[in-house]
Amino acid sequence: MMRFIPVREAILGSAILILIILVASRFAGFVAPSNLANVFNDTAPLIILALGQMVVILTRCIDLSVAANLALTGMAVAMINVAMPGLPIPVIIAIAVLMGGIMGAINGVLVWKLSIPPIVVTLGTMTIFRGIIFLISDGKWVNSHEMSAAFTGFPRAVLLGLPVLSWIAIITVITFGIMMARTQFGRSIFAVGGNPHAAVYTGINVGKTQFWAFVVSGALAGLTGYLWVARYAVAYVDIAGGFELEVVAACVIGGISIAGGIGSVGGAVLGAIFLGVVKNALPVVNISPFWQLAISGSAILIAVAFNARSGRTKGRIILKSAEATQ
Amino acid sequence: MTDTTTTRHIPDRLNSRAVRIFKSWEALLLAVAIAIFVVNSFASPYFLNAWNLSDATFNFTEKAMIAFAMALLIISGEIDLSVASIIALASTAMGLAMQHGAGTPELVLIGLTVGLLCGAFNGVFVTFFGLPSIVVTIGTMSLFRGISYIILGDGSFSGYPSSFSWFGQGYIYWVFTVEMLLFVIIAVIYAVLLHKTNFGRAVYAIGNNPTGALFSGIRVQRVKFILFLLTGLMSGVAAVCLTSRLGSTRPSIASGMELEVVTMVVLGGVNILGGSGTIPGVVIAAFVMGLVTFGLGLLNVPGIVMSIFIGLLLIGVIALPRLWAMAAARRNA
Repeated sequence: MMRFIPVREAILGSAILILIILVASRFAGFVAPSNLANVFNDTAPLIILALGQMVVILTRCIDLSVAANLALTGMAVAMINVAMPGLPIPVIIAIAVLMGGIMGAINGVLVWKLSIPPIVVTLGTMTIFRGIIFLISDGKWVNSHEMSAAFTGFPRAVLLGLPVLSWIAIITVITFGIMMARTQFGRSIFAVGGNPHAAVYTGINVGKTQFWAFVVSGALAGLTGYLWVARYAVAYVDIAGGFELEVVAACVIGGISIAGGIGSVGGAVLGAIFLGVVKNALPVVNISPFWQLAISGSAILIAVAFNARSGRTKGRIILKSAEATQ
Repeated sequence: MTDTTTTRHIPDRLNSRAVRIFKSWEALLLAVAIAIFVVNSFASPYFLNAWNLSDATFNFTEKAMIAFAMALLIISGEIDLSVASIIALASTAMGLAMQHGAGTPELVLIGLTVGLLCGAFNGVFVTFFGLPSIVVTIGTMSLFRGISYIILGDGSFSGYPSSFSWFGQGYIYWVFTVEMLLFVIIAVIYAVLLHKTNFGRAVYAIGNNPTGALFSGIRVQRVKFILFLLTGLMSGVAAVCLTSRLGSTRPSIASGMELEVVTMVVLGGVNILGGSGTIPGVVIAAFVMGLVTFGLGLLNVPGIVMSIFIGLLLIGVIALPRLWAMAAARRNA
């Protein structure tokens, strides 16, 4: 039984349950199925992005450019929609995924071919992408009345009781579950993060795997860019500002080790849901939304401290024991 | 993975000191700074004006104060992404104290203390619990600014005492500002600390090989803790200057500044992976960034477009030497 429900995920899962019960004790309507579905739908972009980030972090990298990538793709597809309202939604989605993927590839090439530390690369591309949004939009907003009905309607269309946005998140989770466990790419991601030197000797190209991890993360950010802009029916320079931290927070809370190699799809999803529940619960229990930033910051610190404690291998510390015997 | 098969040419004699200085990163950077200066003075008639240039120093003095401490931290192999949030929290604390009637000396003391405490908080998590500094400071980046948001919400503090404005708006003599004086003093202190003391050598040793440093009797965790304290303290100093200059506090104060500080440090030739870098390099990098932003500002380039240049600069300064080395290796092969 324990094999199927890993300890870390179980603890996080029960933390979420306790949180929901606490909120429900003050406001019963919170646990109504329709409200929980709303919370899930609200968290869907975070879940999608957290999965992409998970792949990147597993390969010992980090992608801080996801929110800027999302905003740039969102702005681009919104402007395309304004220019060509007749363009069918599948084409829009393909453009968004492609654009996001290319931006991820830029990060990936810099990390792979020039071995520049990922944090530097993505800090740089983060500001560059944001700047480009300003350049292409001239700082103007694209508002809902300029977008076509099909464009804004797609993520909200209800299918079998859930909005399309939620379904996309569910499909992404299932795809990633299969990919990480059952494909060569998924396993090589763990191998690269767990021990890059050993990965080289087993014939895995470490840099190339990291490159594809960035492409995956970028493509998902692009997809989310369209969904985000369509759902909120507005595009401007600062959308999803600072969201990259929330994405990293979801991963860290979900037990994905920033040192690479350790983590699971379930963890990333639960981490995202945890933050989503907190965000949606705050107004219900009458706490100002300004608390959210501090709460997610504390959650990161608690989660990383907790994970480090539980994941620490019992090694022999020669120096310490020598000091003790003196 | 890269250096397994390459043969190394061992020179029969080392370059002379003059050649080494001439070929150094700092010399290249200085040439860039002079070039930018010359280009700017041709591009805009308003550039070569003592008062304009004096105003332009505000572009980098506050960031550079943090960059000096950050340089030591990065050389030791750690990083602090929470510096801008420390500024926000320190500034909020000062605003709160001001509302309760604190005078200028108390405000400065509170700003510095909050900075120091935030640095200690980061330091405890990194050195005592042994957690990676990048995650810890991403966490505290949200936490510190989050506390500012809890206190201020969408409001702001203003109405600081007039004597408090001396730090950010005062002049020592003619066009030389108080911030410039602080910048010079802090640069000298950090240059001496890094290049002339045992502590500085320990910082390099830790960055190159933490285990080796530990075995040579360096108290690695203590040195790292002190570096986090210094970075926090410098953020506190910057918070005093920035708050004094703006005359108000909002929770979004200095947002995104951590990126510019890290860019400045990396541009100054500090290895982002730790182990090497110099304070003179960071000083010149501060001037380069200040001149670039000031020059673009005079040409009416909006701030967000300038950030594209900063981002390109950050990636470019690391990418170009590597491309260069790759091209050289291909030519030799």
